[in-house]
Amino acid sequence: MARDDVKTGYKLIGTRPNRPDGLDKVTGRARYGADFSLPGMLHAAVVRSPHAHARIVKIDASKALALDGVKAVVTRADLPTGLTGEELNLQDNTLAGEKALYDGHAVAAVAATSALLAQDAARLIEVEYEVLPHVTDVDAAMAPGAPVIREGVADYSVPEGMNGNVARYMEFGHGDVDAGFAAADIVREQTYKTEATHQGYIEPHACVAQMGEDGRGEMWVCTQGHWYIRRMCASVLGIEAAGLRVTPSEIGGGFGGKTTIFMEPLPLALSKKAGGRPVKLVMSRSEVLRATGPTASASMDVKLGMKTDGTITAGQVFFRMQGGAFPGMSPIGEALPCAFACYDIPALKHEAVEVIANRPKAAAYRAPGSPMAAFAVESLVDEMCRELKLDPIAVRLKNGAKNGSKSSYGPVYNVIGLQETLEAAKAHPNYAIPLGPNQGRGVASGFWFNHGGETSVSLAVGEDGTATVMIGTPDIGGSRASIGLMVAECLGIPYEDVRVNVVETGALGVNEPTHGSRATFASGKAAVESARQAIAEMCRRAAADWGIDAEAVEWKDGAAHPAGPNAGKHPPMTIGEIGSKMGSTGGPISGHHEVTAGGYGASFGTHVVDVEVDPETGRTTVLRYLVVQDAGTAIHPAYVEGQYQGGAAQGIGWALNEEYVYGTDGRLQNPIFLDYRIPVASDLPMIDTVIVEVPNPGHPYGVRGVGETGITPPLPAIASAIAGATGARIRSLPCSPPKVLAAIKAKG
Amino acid sequence: MSKIHVTTTVNGDPVEFLADPRETLLDALRNHLDLTGTKEGCGTGDCGACSVTVDGTLVCSCLMLAAEANGKRVETIEGMAGEELHPLQRKFIEHAALQCGFCTPGILVAAKALLERNPDPTDTEIRYWLAGNLCRCTGYDKIIRAVQDAAAEMRGAA
Ligand code: FES
Ligand code: FES
Repeated sequence: MARDDVKTGYKLIGTRPNRPDGLDKVTGRARYGADFSLPGMLHAAVVRSPHAHARIVKIDASKALALDGVKAVVTRADLPTGLTGEELNLQDNTLAGEKALYDGHAVAAVAATSALLAQDAARLIEVEYEVLPHVTDVDAAMAPGAPVIREGVADYSVPEGMNGNVARYMEFGHGDVDAGFAAADIVREQTYKTEATHQGYIEPHACVAQMGEDGRGEMWVCTQGHWYIRRMCASVLGIEAAGLRVTPSEIGGGFGGKTTIFMEPLPLALSKKAGGRPVKLVMSRSEVLRATGPTASASMDVKLGMKTDGTITAGQVFFRMQGGAFPGMSPIGEALPCAFACYDIPALKHEAVEVIANRPKAAAYRAPGSPMAAFAVESLVDEMCRELKLDPIAVRLKNGAKNGSKSSYGPVYNVIGLQETLEAAKAHPNYAIPLGPNQGRGVASGFWFNHGGETSVSLAVGEDGTATVMIGTPDIGGSRASIGLMVAECLGIPYEDVRVNVVETGALGVNEPTHGSRATFASGKAAVESARQAIAEMCRRAAADWGIDAEAVEWKDGAAHPAGPNAGKHPPMTIGEIGSKMGSTGGPISGHHEVTAGGYGASFGTHVVDVEVDPETGRTTVLRYLVVQDAGTAIHPAYVEGQYQGGAAQGIGWALNEEYVYGTDGRLQNPIFLDYRIPVASDLPMIDTVIVEVPNPGHPYGVRGVGETGITPPLPAIASAIAGATGARIRSLPCSPPKVLAAIKAKG
Repeated sequence: MSKIHVTTTVNGDPVEFLADPRETLLDALRNHLDLTGTKEGCGTGDCGACSVTVDGTLVCSCLMLAAEANGKRVETIEGMAGEELHPLQRKFIEHAALQCGFCTPGILVAAKALLERNPDPTDTEIRYWLAGNLCRCTGYDKIIRAVQDAAAEMRGAA
């Protein structure tokens, strides 16, 4: 349970202080991507394809360039050639080459002295298209006779005879599935579908960039990872990474969608053409929905064998996932390992194909691949529990992975908290509340690997005994606060005496983005190591002053203390005293740690949801919602709860409302928030949370990472609750009112 | 296109600027007056990130033309705190009612307008009042609690 009600040895970890960036964010002072401006700045606009698939015959920008105040136009002809692999994909997505591959694909960009003028100029850029046949649905893209949208995307893994839109094939497993199914009392097989959804961050992509004719430049951008932005922009534009300095702004949500580039090279290229004047580019909401990172859509076959006592004897999946018009973006490599990660099943077979279609290049979205996989597997587990009249938590406890279980994807789990989340869900009062008519309860568990990644952190002790920490992972949801807590705990100083800054690419070694639930884990781990180095140095300074061995000094409560035989011989020397004298005792005191962080610990959660379905309209109301998840250690419990609640809300949206709707013309039909409807305040109940704490042995304070898992269980839990309320099982998300109503009617 | 001369009051200060007839109040606040605390999440009236009050009425500033603000009294997030934070601002920090914080200015402006009309709202009234303010990060739970706590404090102080 969270530290609020448990005594631990920690002074600060587990408390809920105000976040350091809170004041700026409640007063409007915090600067997000679109809030930067520079003297002489131009504004850019992008011309986008209205066609799902079309050959670009001609681009004529002469009318646009003739307008007073229009300073530059860029097309693909302005970008270097000869790129391959993912670098070519990024370049192709930044600006279409021979073909536009989806509705909204960028074709040209223009810079002018005002945003309105740039938009006017964009409308004057004439593009001649030859429209080609398109395909947007994952199953249709694999069907015989489907138009092959790009030649040669299949890699070595794709078996002979598959449609040319299949880019990748994957399989793995263990045990004898045929024998497993033979040993089962019931074997059930179903197909499930999920539509693409968007991360839906409220802040559209935005940046200001400047680049001179020497190919050196600067950029201010909202991103989860500015080193990724630097590397990707450099490769798309053919410039040196070190020549580009990228500073992250505050970020208005990302959820994985801001870990890559979409339009960021364009203002750099425009700036260079416009004599080095800075250029600002801000996407509109419809550009965000049409052209940036939705998640994959999926079509998934699942087969399970179960005994009447609930023992699962074997499982098998075949996933088809579409991640847009570019290979490598559909998360089959995550979805398959996540599919059965919550279970310990003797025989499993996993297969998946990645399919390309005329849709935007998918990006990561919170636990990429895991929500779809959970929807398929957890839905079928629930169907079989209902058929055999078994309690869904009991079945998960019986078959669930434990410490030392060999995971479904290979590695052995060290210390994990799945069983603890199931026990806590079972014991929670919500699980015992009697249900009324038209009400149903759903249960599901979820998993995410968590992540370590390249991490570089520095820490400097100030002359007054305060500490400044420089991290490279943008703070999206309170990580400055949690890293500040860990550093203050380690140094033994007040939380308020630590300032955590997110710094630019020139200030640290390469950092991976804030993704995969790694920021508090990995930057936190490196920050603690940096603090320990500073402590060692401060102990040396004190020892030198006292004329004793550094080994005979110990650090506690923010001060060096003589220890062992010297204990009590000198008064403690505080960090403030050491800091004030550092100039004359050997110079600045700092710590620095860089690592590709290992030791991350798997994350498991279990959700319980109650819904009521209106039998007249098919509308589902979420009555109550419970998230139970293992945090390892909750450094700042309020922000841990926030991650649980936010993940659940996104999962509820995916389950009930959200979907990409493509017309027969291949155009996105709902590219505004009115029609792509994310949950609003009146759609949701309070979201109850239980923080389970099974500390991760791979982190100095036990952190696991808490961001991803929460989006995973809601998809199957809600569909299962609807089945409980209506007797009708929805196997294709979202569970929109018309679909639920039709299913109720069909059941009779 | 000729520009329109607009004279208005923003957070109590007299201001004037030249607006393109197509520019919204949101554009004017952000680009002409350097008040970037008001955010654009959609530009179509669907997200509430651009919420301000005009003559005391809560509006989406992306749906109002800059020229329409002539002679009006506009209040934005930048005018919410005096020497001290408004109780809503303080409670949002204390309750961790923001993660990325991008929706926060709009939600604070909208919640303040609610409490001025209804100092003792139910949870459901808060949820429906804020239904036009999208937050993708929090699931709204802590936002509702922060508004309730601020309302209770303001009632006690009154
Ligand atoms: S920006 Fe005005 S409502 Fe979204
Ligand atoms: S805190 Fe990020 S959108 Fe509300």
